[in-house]
Amino acid sequence: MSTRNECIGVFAVAVCAAAWPTLAGAQVGAPGLGQPVSVADAAAWDLSIQPDGTGLPAGSGTAATGAQLFATHCIACHGAGGVGQPNDKLVGGQGTLTQFQQVRTVGSYWPYATTIFDYIRRAMPFQAPESLTNDQVYALTAYLLAENGIIKAGDTMNAQTLPQVKMPNRDGFIMAYPKRADRGRR
Amino acid sequence: MTKTTNPAHEVVAGNGLLHRRLFLTQGAAVVGGGLSLLAAQPVDAEPLAVPPWMKAPGTHMSAYGSPSKYEAATQRFVGGTPNVVGSGVSFTPHHKLHGTITPNSLHFERHHSGVPDIDPAAHKLLIHGAVRRSLTFTVDSLLRYPTVTRIQFLECAGNSGGNLSPMPPQAPCGMIHGLMSCSEWTGVPLALLLEEAGVEKGNEWVLAEGADAAAMSRSVPLKKLMDDAMIALYQNGERLRPENGYPMRLFLPGYEGNMNVKWLRRLKVVNAPTMTRDETSHYTDVLLNGKALILTYPMEVKSVITSPSTGLALKGAGVYEVTGLAWSGLGKIRRVEVSADGGKTWGQAALNEPVLSKSFTRFRMAWHWSGGPATLMSRAIDETGAVQPTRASFIVERGERQNYHNNSIQAWAVAASGEVSNVYA
Repeated sequence: MSTRNECIGVFAVAVCAAAWPTLAGAQVGAPGLGQPVSVADAAAWDLSIQPDGTGLPAGSGTAATGAQLFATHCIACHGAGGVGQPNDKLVGGQGTLTQFQQVRTVGSYWPYATTIFDYIRRAMPFQAPESLTNDQVYALTAYLLAENGIIKAGDTMNAQTLPQVKMPNRDGFIMAYPKRADRGRR
Repeated sequence: MTKTTNPAHEVVAGNGLLHRRLFLTQGAAVVGGGLSLLAAQPVDAEPLAVPPWMKAPGTHMSAYGSPSKYEAATQRFVGGTPNVVGSGVSFTPHHKLHGTITPNSLHFERHHSGVPDIDPAAHKLLIHGAVRRSLTFTVDSLLRYPTVTRIQFLECAGNSGGNLSPMPPQAPCGMIHGLMSCSEWTGVPLALLLEEAGVEKGNEWVLAEGADAAAMSRSVPLKKLMDDAMIALYQNGERLRPENGYPMRLFLPGYEGNMNVKWLRRLKVVNAPTMTRDETSHYTDVLLNGKALILTYPMEVKSVITSPSTGLALKGAGVYEVTGLAWSGLGKIRRVEVSADGGKTWGQAALNEPVLSKSFTRFRMAWHWSGGPATLMSRAIDETGAVQPTRASFIVERGERQNYHNNSIQAWAVAASGEVSNVYA
């Protein structure tokens, strides 16, 4: 092989590298090293819940059970009844969003009930995330909704009922995407 | 000597702002030669001695360098959240830095449950959901992919939030505006990996999740991921620091910091935003009418004077370089203007090259300080024509309340003593 051809080859590779990110096919020269996994294996890692309830696991809970769990796992950071201190206030604050001192809580601000389950399961209790059972997460979710007066004390939360809960501030948001993504606030 | 014959000394705006030509064409010598009011009188009666460090060999080489011990005070400002170790922020001390690249050790931090200690050999990235093939990628496999390298900023949506409080915080520039940094990022274009997995049509969103104890997660438009997003593996030439997502993070040029998920472990293609805790209860902008903007992604055009600023007192009347940073999440900086009279008049600053898209641009402006009161401000305009707003216009919609996405103009007051303070002007 001539030196000239080798040079051309190197040059061609360099051109491809520069163009990779914008190529429609995008696979030009990519090594294809992704390892296939089954849907079931992927599901074992899947923590996220969509607002329509997609992803919610089996199980259920009520506020009465949730109250006991809250006293054990949550009260040190969020206070009795979720009133806050030293960390986030979870209950109350409805009607404060136009005030100087807004009180943004699960009850006053969060637009989707599914987010409560999603967040507790992935991140709480702070010192031991992913340590609660799905039944326990449903129970804590029910407790916070009931304490905020959004569901009745006896209501059961599960994969069917939770997505049906309408949060008080559900219609309080203005979708900024995609309008702002291209040209900002103007 | 005549001070007025050189056109570079033209005053372009009130209270002593000089034409940028001074920087662009003639260099600093002109400042000394033509403008200095301080006569070069000998003031030091001591003889010029040979310093001791020239009289014996210095220390050995080092395997990994560190700053001079005389610069030990150049540190991040570390803040925290009560009761939860590892949750909080640290700020880049921009008033002590120059150029546009933030040293890795000083890049700002925002963690939601501490910095995980991730063994790269045990870490995997999963791409799944509405794809034809669910795939995992090891760190080693991603290191074999073709790379893209860009110099781009990262700014937390909460940066400069303190300036929305009713009283201006009296803190150094870095403590007000230090939740932003700029690095040369190298990684794998996300489009390559998504193409390999095969996104199923009709699914325009991707849930991105980190491997920290909060499993911090955000929804990202598929369009952004296919455009200029990368899985970042290197920062300023070396592998990511743990506090910046080692071994891999999502990097979304121009988008609010929180979306650039660190310690990335999972991307799930879905048909709608997941509405995670961090994109609903946080990083949303409550307006005065109680409604809130949600999914506000790009960090908009902004600038800040890093020197002079609080804590960097001027030492006597004369010529100073006013300098700072400008950036926009929507593209390149087109122009930066500086005022020394609280926004009554503006002069155009010099921009250091290269001016890059979604990156820090360093601006400089020569200023002849008379020794009297002055209020310094900078105003950036980006290539889309967007103009950085005044604080007064910014708070019309939102009020003086702690909030996100504050890109309004910073004003620094210079007193006759030379002391600098944060003011709302």
